[in-house]
Amino acid sequence: MIREDKVLQSTVILVLSGKGGVGKSTVSTQLALGLREKDYKVGLLDIDLCGPSIPHLLGLEGSAVHRCPEGWVPVYADKEQKLAVMSIGFLLSDRKESVIWRGPKKTSMIKQFLQDVHWQELDYLIIDTPPGTSDEHITVVENLAGICDGAVIVTTPQQVALEDVRKELSFCKRTGVKLLGIVENMSGFVCPNCTECSNIFSTGGGKSLAEVTGIPFLGAIPIDPKVSTARNGSIMGQMSGTSVAKAFTHVLDTLITNLENAEKES
Amino acid sequence: MGDKPSDAPEHCPGTESENAGKVSACAGCPNQNVCASGAARGPDPSVELVRARMSGVKKKLFVLSGKGGVGKSTFANLLARSLAARSPDKNVALLDIDICGPSQPRMMGALNEQVHQSGSGWCPVYVEENLALMSIGFLLGSPDDAVIWRGPKKNNMIKQFLSEVDWGDSLDYLILDTPPGTSDEHLSATSYLVSRTPGEDDGARAILITTPAEVSIADVRREATFCKRVGLKVVGVVENMATFVCPHCKVTSEIFPRDSGGGEKLSEEMELPFLGSVPLDPILARACDEGQDVLNTMADSPTLLAISSIVDRILAAV
Repeated sequence: MIREDKVLQSTVILVLSGKGGVGKSTVSTQLALGLREKDYKVGLLDIDLCGPSIPHLLGLEGSAVHRCPEGWVPVYADKEQKLAVMSIGFLLSDRKESVIWRGPKKTSMIKQFLQDVHWQELDYLIIDTPPGTSDEHITVVENLAGICDGAVIVTTPQQVALEDVRKELSFCKRTGVKLLGIVENMSGFVCPNCTECSNIFSTGGGKSLAEVTGIPFLGAIPIDPKVSTARNGSIMGQMSGTSVAKAFTHVLDTLITNLENAEKES
Repeated sequence: MGDKPSDAPEHCPGTESENAGKVSACAGCPNQNVCASGAARGPDPSVELVRARMSGVKKKLFVLSGKGGVGKSTFANLLARSLAARSPDKNVALLDIDICGPSQPRMMGALNEQVHQSGSGWCPVYVEENLALMSIGFLLGSPDDAVIWRGPKKNNMIKQFLSEVDWGDSLDYLILDTPPGTSDEHLSATSYLVSRTPGEDDGARAILITTPAEVSIADVRREATFCKRVGLKVVGVVENMATFVCPHCKVTSEIFPRDSGGGEKLSEEMELPFLGSVPLDPILARACDEGQDVLNTMADSPTLLAISSIVDRILAAV
């Protein structure tokens, strides 16, 4: 379904979660930036059509996509053009504008994203998704059958989130998407005053879910208010030494190792 | 919207047109015969069914947010519980239209309940004497079951929720807890509940929930545009998870920095009333997750005091 053979050779990773607001877009962005800093060529595709967050998280609001004979030219987040980004946010003229679409229209937009974006050569394609198990997810999984290398599941530790995430795991099982691992986000908040770590959304839920289901646990990421203001590079580079940077590095390294091992096995 | 299905062939004249089923674009369309017969003209019959069922419902309050995980379900839950607790003679119902990720059964402490079918429709789950709840969570065999449905199936479910649930003789408040976004669920629910006749009061109102973070503000701005487009009146904006009080040193800090002024600035920009800020209380949040009735067990929490004054403002406005 993806048109270019070059994308076929890249590693395609879905970032999923049944629940909203758990940090799918932040994790997608950080994975993409981290891989880019490891000198890979990375594509980041945002298929959250009603609430695209990637342009904001990368500081790319106001950028526009252009057409070329090969299709849509994605927006590049860096001068070297090693991080290509595509989101519906780039197609909206005003930040107030909302995308009030029912399923079939969303489906055809996503198909266009998969077919018509001129990614050129990519080592990794990260796909950021909206919450749920509906049109967007069914479409992307159907169209990437045989191409998608698997899904990274993001959760927060509290019960309501885990409940939705368990539904997402059933979705992956039913649709045959390989589970690359679980990331537990917002795991504890370090008080800037007394440095006591409070577990705002409790803790350990993601890890125990990983243990119960036998899915690799990629790591727990603490809440750090500075994450949402870092714009010009990965957390790992910009905030190196902090616990949140270490946590992201651990997640990324574990993910890469798991992918490499999987490749060796096959 | 309109009478042209979103998956219609190009140049579809629309189901209500004189030429429906008769123009060249209709050739090959599976609905050609239905359209040509005129049966598809006339209004959607289910609109009347919903209207009949909803005739006894005085206020319909949508809890909306473009963003997920900002506390829509928690707020909807506490709003429903507060309204029910304040006036025991009023009937309150909570309808969870988040089809893919229903949270209300857990938050109401009704995880293992089931709904029953009776002659007058589905019987909702009663959490209190005057507080009824309906959610797709009650229809699933196991909490792990995923609802892998495209739009039309979700729409049908919502239509059934609106037309076939037996809420009793009359309802003073129907609170709708919604999923994030501006898509099928929102369009379906508003198309049934928001009146298209100018000047007619349909009793439908929206409450927008956001966190102070810019990503959330951006999505809620889009939701406000959605409300304007579908003609749903907005009561105001609630800013949730505004500040965090460290349980250890009691110092207040911001988890989601207000890069751009937070909920108050948003409400100014969109010309909507600002209903208030709600601080984050980790112990309260966990108790809600466990389905406790926190209004009774943690009544002195600053979070609940903030919510109580927001409920006052909502009641004054609707």
